[in-house]
Amino acid sequence: MNDSDQRQPSAILRRAAPLAPSMLVCRRFIRNRLAIAGALIIAAMLLFSFAGGWISPYGEAEVFTEYVEQTKDIAMLSVKHELRFSEAEAGAFGAAQRAAFMAALRDQAAQFSAGGYDYFIEQPGEGVYLISGLSRLASYQRGMVKAESGFSADAGFSAAFSAAARQRLPVFNIDGEQYRLLYRQRVIYACRLQPLAVASYQHFEPLAAKAEGDFPLLLQAQLALAKLRDAGDSAVLYAEGAELRLVRDGAGAMIYDGQGQAYAALIPYSISALDGTRLGGEFKTAAYQAALRDQRSFSLAGVEYRLLREGDNWRIQSEQSIQVVRDYDAPSGEHWLGTDGQGMDILTRLMYGGRVSLSIGLAVVLLEALLGMLIGGLAGYFGRWADGLLMRIVDVFNCLPVLPLIIIIGALMDGMRVPPATRLLYLMLVLALLGWPPVARLVRGQILSLREQEFMLAAEAAGLSSRRRIFRHLLPNVAPQLIVVCTMGLGEVILTESVLSFLGLGVKFPFASWGNIINSVTNLYVMTNYWFVWMPAGLLILLTVLGFNFIGDGLRDAFDPRGRR
Amino acid sequence: MRRYVIRRIIVSILILLLVALLIYTILRCIPSSYVENMARERATQPGSKSYAEWLAQLNAVYGLDSGIIEGFFRWLGAALRGDFGDSWYYNVPVAEKFTEVIWYSFVLAALGFILVLLIAVPLGVTAARHQYSWRDNVLTVLALIGISLPAFFFATLLKWLFAVKLQWLPLFGAVGRYYQQLSGWQQFWDLAAHFVLPVATLVIVSVGGLMRFTRVNMLEVLDSDYIRAARAKGLPESRVISRHAFRNTLLPLVTIAGASLPTLFAGALIIETLFQIPGIGWTAYQAMVAGDIPFSMFYLLFIAVLTLLGALLADICYALADPRVRVGGGEG
Repeated sequence: MNDSDQRQPSAILRRAAPLAPSMLVCRRFIRNRLAIAGALIIAAMLLFSFAGGWISPYGEAEVFTEYVEQTKDIAMLSVKHELRFSEAEAGAFGAAQRAAFMAALRDQAAQFSAGGYDYFIEQPGEGVYLISGLSRLASYQRGMVKAESGFSADAGFSAAFSAAARQRLPVFNIDGEQYRLLYRQRVIYACRLQPLAVASYQHFEPLAAKAEGDFPLLLQAQLALAKLRDAGDSAVLYAEGAELRLVRDGAGAMIYDGQGQAYAALIPYSISALDGTRLGGEFKTAAYQAALRDQRSFSLAGVEYRLLREGDNWRIQSEQSIQVVRDYDAPSGEHWLGTDGQGMDILTRLMYGGRVSLSIGLAVVLLEALLGMLIGGLAGYFGRWADGLLMRIVDVFNCLPVLPLIIIIGALMDGMRVPPATRLLYLMLVLALLGWPPVARLVRGQILSLREQEFMLAAEAAGLSSRRRIFRHLLPNVAPQLIVVCTMGLGEVILTESVLSFLGLGVKFPFASWGNIINSVTNLYVMTNYWFVWMPAGLLILLTVLGFNFIGDGLRDAFDPRGRR
Repeated sequence: MRRYVIRRIIVSILILLLVALLIYTILRCIPSSYVENMARERATQPGSKSYAEWLAQLNAVYGLDSGIIEGFFRWLGAALRGDFGDSWYYNVPVAEKFTEVIWYSFVLAALGFILVLLIAVPLGVTAARHQYSWRDNVLTVLALIGISLPAFFFATLLKWLFAVKLQWLPLFGAVGRYYQQLSGWQQFWDLAAHFVLPVATLVIVSVGGLMRFTRVNMLEVLDSDYIRAARAKGLPESRVISRHAFRNTLLPLVTIAGASLPTLFAGALIIETLFQIPGIGWTAYQAMVAGDIPFSMFYLLFIAVLTLLGALLADICYALADPRVRVGGGEG
């Protein structure tokens, strides 16, 4: 340690001022090219990690996303080839009636009965059937005509009704109206046809809220449409006092109100949203118009929709921009090393990861050195039973398998969901608690050998206090070896931490560490296809550990030049 | 000599007991909620016992129903009889699983160890003979790179290059998918191909240390007076190296080799896990991550035994190989 005292006399003569031991160490260190390379590597790493995070325009856990134009199917529009029924009021024309109607239609009958009632079929136009029931207006019994409530029978009506009933006619006409007679045992009823339902291939679709359930309007519209032949022909309808206009268009018709807004539609289609939502009236209007005119596309509120015809179906699509995470982007000018699986900038993650990895290394090694110096120093200085006891403790700790134990603790912290920041702290403590025994052994051995040397005897003889002897004479002489071991230990701790983080048991997201960046290779697909995700982190670990080892090696040679003869 | 060995053995056993107690205490410090979760999880598995039964069983196995000291001695008593309990993760007795997987680890480690010796010793000697030559410098840098290489990164690199890009070697596993259909020799080649990358990783990562160790020892020997004397006698350099220098370098090498023998069984945890070699390392890793306390306990203690055995063997080897220690009686 004190080799400056043993220099050759000639060297002293050559130099006017002899160099201090520390200067000699520096000089030897600087002459060692490997050590300088190591120092440069570590300086670069420190700069990269600690200044890098500050310079980088991106945050540690900043996720990068982009908008991607994607064709999305919005709705499906399909042609209906079966008759569809619209009822005057809910339940007026149920399933039994519908079945009977279909049978009558097949037999080309104009009348059918179901559930004890008679129904009459009229066909005002192609593909439209008006189904009516009889509503009783008046009854005739024993020569007396009696009006039902809500109907006033005048003298002319009564006379005509009585005459028809006596002659047992099926119908009679008066004032341009046709009445049917219904014979029931002793009572004869005069009835008028009452529209109950419309069966048609054109479905009445309300587009304005007011058109909802408006059967009279439906009836008018169906009847009007049956009379219109060509596209563009129009008819006037009335609903609640307002005047509406029906315009024939292709296979159906649109009904507009006074302002030209779509009010309802008569179309042979059905439409449904593909994502289960309710389509708006405007969208339906535009879609129907496009389908009726056999257009390929339509636009609504600035969005372009496309219609893709597949037989009787139209797929309505639109280009939508969807926000997606930019994961595994290849290196580019924006992200020099690309992005990782979470869409974060890898270079920035590496910088912050370096901070974490290097800080853990420094903190753990400092703790290890403190613990080791304390225990090794006590054992070495006091000797005897203290030495025996402390060294057995060191032996016990030395036997603890570090990696398995940390893996168990890591898995345990996983199980207990320890928050990442706390976890970082525990990780450092555990690493230090398991890593101090070699330091303690080294310090003890050094102190044991130094204690026997003459300069310690001299210090004791000079009457120096025990504290002064330890801190001014003993420890400074232990320092060189300690510094070498700690420098090498830094590399080792960084390696251990990276292994743990690689296994997913060390530093956890959102914190980055070089180990947990490489962790992504556990996914084989990432390993195979995205080398830029894991290779830089591995190289950084290698370089850093190598740098510390170079420095440690150089320091050892510089402190103890005996090996350099 | 015998008294020295016996004393060392007794001290080792005492230390082992303390280590076992420490490990037991650490594992006992795991909060009981963890065991409760474990029981709950296991109870939800199809065809499993009820939660209460599991909890009772886990507590009994783990000795949670007694104090630390009492539980420890109960566990120790069973362990001494070779009963380490049933693995929670593998659902077989721990000892049975251990005997099933240990040989994979041993073969991997032994192959690696032999290769490391064959590579490191000649290179270390060469480096020492040509100290500060370009050869020495290159070897020093390579050795340091080897020491600094994270095994998981290097293994990934090898896998990426040889298994993914070149497709020369299998990616992982100890045997291929169609191993059972292969004939005897094909089975051997299949096994061999699967071991190339793991052994290569193991060798590259650990060759640096031994190389530097050899170099330092060789340098020390070369600096000694008897080498100077041999050279002064006019012996040819090759004879000086092979007869005088190398033999004396062997001394610490034999010691370190002896000390390494037990660790051949320890299993290379990282490498086995990365290459999915079903050795003790991977087996233990899976068990530990899954919170399998009986297996973890066994594995930790097994490693501790191996470490102690290594230190013991190192001392004994040193004493046997070096007559100076033997004659001196050797102080522990």
